[in-house]
Amino acid sequence: MYKLLLCWRYLRTRYIALASIISVMLGVATMIVVNSVMSGFATEMQNRIHGILSDLVLEVRSLDGMADAEWHMEQIRRVAGEAIAGMTPTVVVPAMLSFRHADQWITRQVQLIGIDEKTQSQVSDFGKYLQHPENRRAMSFQLREGGYDTRDHQGGPEAKERPQMKRAGWEHRRAMAEIQAFNRLMAQRAAASVPSESLRSDGTDSSDSAGLVDPFAAVQRPQQEPVFDPATQQHTGAVLGIVMASFRRPTGEDSFLILPGDDVKLTFPTAGTPPKIATDDFTVVDFYECKMAEYDSSFVFVPIRKLQELRGMIDPATGMGMFKSIQIKLKPGFDGDAIRDRLAEAFPRNLYEVQTWRDRQGALLAAVQMETAILNVLLFLIIAVSGFGILAIFFMIVVEKTRDIGVLKSLGASGAGIMGIFLSYGLSLGLVGSGVGLVLGLVFVDHINDIAVVLGKITGKPVFDPSIYYFYRIPTIKDPWTITWIVFGAIAIAVLASVLPALRAALLHPVEALRYE
Amino acid sequence: MNDELAEMFARPAATFRPAVMIRSRVAAGTARGEPRPTAAATSAPPPLAPAAADRQSRPTSEADSTAEKITPIFEPRADQPGRSEPPHAVHEPGPTASPHAEAASHASPAPNDYQLQAVGLAKSYRKASVVIPVLRHVDLGVRRGEFLAIVGQSGSGKSTLLHLLGTLDAPDAGSLFFDGQRIDNLPTADRDRLRNHCFGMIFQFYHLLPELTTLENVLTPLMIGKSVWQFLRRRRAYRQAAEQLLELVGLSHRLKHRPKELSGGEMQRAAIARALITGPDVLLADEPTGNLDRATGQAILDLLCSLNRQENLTIVMVTHDLAIAERANRMVRLVDGQIEEC
Repeated sequence: MYKLLLCWRYLRTRYIALASIISVMLGVATMIVVNSVMSGFATEMQNRIHGILSDLVLEVRSLDGMADAEWHMEQIRRVAGEAIAGMTPTVVVPAMLSFRHADQWITRQVQLIGIDEKTQSQVSDFGKYLQHPENRRAMSFQLREGGYDTRDHQGGPEAKERPQMKRAGWEHRRAMAEIQAFNRLMAQRAAASVPSESLRSDGTDSSDSAGLVDPFAAVQRPQQEPVFDPATQQHTGAVLGIVMASFRRPTGEDSFLILPGDDVKLTFPTAGTPPKIATDDFTVVDFYECKMAEYDSSFVFVPIRKLQELRGMIDPATGMGMFKSIQIKLKPGFDGDAIRDRLAEAFPRNLYEVQTWRDRQGALLAAVQMETAILNVLLFLIIAVSGFGILAIFFMIVVEKTRDIGVLKSLGASGAGIMGIFLSYGLSLGLVGSGVGLVLGLVFVDHINDIAVVLGKITGKPVFDPSIYYFYRIPTIKDPWTITWIVFGAIAIAVLASVLPALRAALLHPVEALRYE
Repeated sequence: MNDELAEMFARPAATFRPAVMIRSRVAAGTARGEPRPTAAATSAPPPLAPAAADRQSRPTSEADSTAEKITPIFEPRADQPGRSEPPHAVHEPGPTASPHAEAASHASPAPNDYQLQAVGLAKSYRKASVVIPVLRHVDLGVRRGEFLAIVGQSGSGKSTLLHLLGTLDAPDAGSLFFDGQRIDNLPTADRDRLRNHCFGMIFQFYHLLPELTTLENVLTPLMIGKSVWQFLRRRRAYRQAAEQLLELVGLSHRLKHRPKELSGGEMQRAAIARALITGPDVLLADEPTGNLDRATGQAILDLLCSLNRQENLTIVMVTHDLAIAERANRMVRLVDGQIEEC
């Protein structure tokens, strides 16, 4: 009883000891904040990567692909049919994207992916990331009349308006066609006026001169015959990663360089050796926004059949297309790694590669894990250092209390009892320190976005720049287990630090303690 | 003061009576099989004789030792007059009782009648390689209800002797008997319990705990002796007892004050109340008036004397002041590490 009473009194009268646990408190708070933010980021990232990538991918090593996706899918079903929820073949090829913006051609390097729009959404969250509600329900490479989202449907309440998206669709396409037609007309007029003058002065005209017949006229003419009317017709549809088509201002607003309805040119190598260059026009029908900048800035999706045609990947005899990879969705509860190993056994490794989504982004995920681990070690060292502060201050308190210890022993207190005073003192300091730290950390995590805003205002630099992270808020996850470990670790350190001084107090000889001046 | 004492100890048994309670608890403890002293330890102390050469292991008869073994350590023994009942229960309250008590305690000094007996105690301190003997061969017996003063010059080993008597320190040689039981070689836990239950100590510098109020300081020995649960269950009774004791020493108006806010005399009174709360058999006082002015010191001595008379409390006081030592029943002198009767 005297232990508790004295411990309580020491706690209330020795403020210097409270100062020693401020570092425990700060350490606990920092660890909670860092762990919450790191696991928030990691989880968010994993969810996204998993949403973008299918569970498993069977990939042909050659860019030219392999024939007969159906046969391969049959083989996969034979090997691990019970685990397969869905499959879709894709063709992946590096490509160049060119589009006109403000009278300039902008060219970008992209990853061109040919997909089957009907089955793609079965193997990944592809559909969820599109900007038109209808496309999210059932993907189509046909341009929609309008009705694209005018704000980020995944962004939550912080998402900013995207006023430019209001006119996206056929409306935009017709308007652009009109402008182009007008421009063409003006250009023709300008061209017509200048050459006609020169024509008159020269008295010659290239087309009629000397009755020469263009030998390629017959070849060129049929190409021009189906006149393409951009106001009513579209090229093959393409879905662009949203970062390619826009840029984000520091305020979080997006400005678009092109909109659904605009035409783009895609240039890519054909299949065969050596590859040749193929180019075709496509019409942007939607944007893809998965919030992973790496993907949003490089993915362009087009119909697989069209890409196979353009790249010469269709066997003229059978009409069968070639594929680069098969994406596989597993049924819930199946272990991706095990299925991967079974598939890797079934297909020759020199031609095929089987990967899980984790394998494909393994480096990134491992890096985040490593960062978290190192930060935890460093921060725990802070708490450990504060343990030495407690040790030093406890030694001082034991020296200061030497006579009281002697008195208690003369009153019949045992060494264990005296030790108990200081151990429970250490325990209560640890409890107070980590308790306050816990509250501080949790409050900080809860208001981390407000704090980031305030800090940004004070420093004049945004702490959390949505244009970099493509999150609107800092994601946090408070894992009860992690927090429990942190708190108990801090308490344990405080108790451990008080063991040595407590032992010294317990072993004090009562007579010497009483004589101590 | 005497009237107060009389009133307090004339109260019905329902009120808290420390000495009775402690004694019954110790007896119960031994019955439960707590560590018993060895056969050598239980052997009865020798009569106080100058030649106590065989003090360590006095040969005892077979019958003697078995009889000793079945006797609980601190059980009152029937063959000892005055031990069968708690001290203050024997006495009639009132000032007229004290001369009788003194007469009784001085009347028949039976060889084994000492409540606290030191036989050939020796203690030396070691500084570097030099051994400084402080106590050479101390033979001392304190009878029940006696007020003994030990005088000696500074550095004569008075405090050391007192610490040895209070089992705070272990002697280099010799043995110590309490109620006929050897106590200097008891296990640490038993000695802690002994200090808590049977000895009260007061010091020259009072040694109150500065963090606690007067009342809490007085309750400290009970908090040490009882488990948390025991203490909490009986805290009202304990608190009442502590308040009574503080009233007895004249500090009922200072219950909530910290030692810092008390005068020297008040602190010593609080220390005395603390020493008495567990109802000890022996009060060991180390220069209790050494730090007080004459008048306050006299008041403290008055208090000790009245406790000695009214409650038949055994008091051992060390002091260098002969005037103060005069107040005791008996005075011995500590010279050259040995006791001289005056």
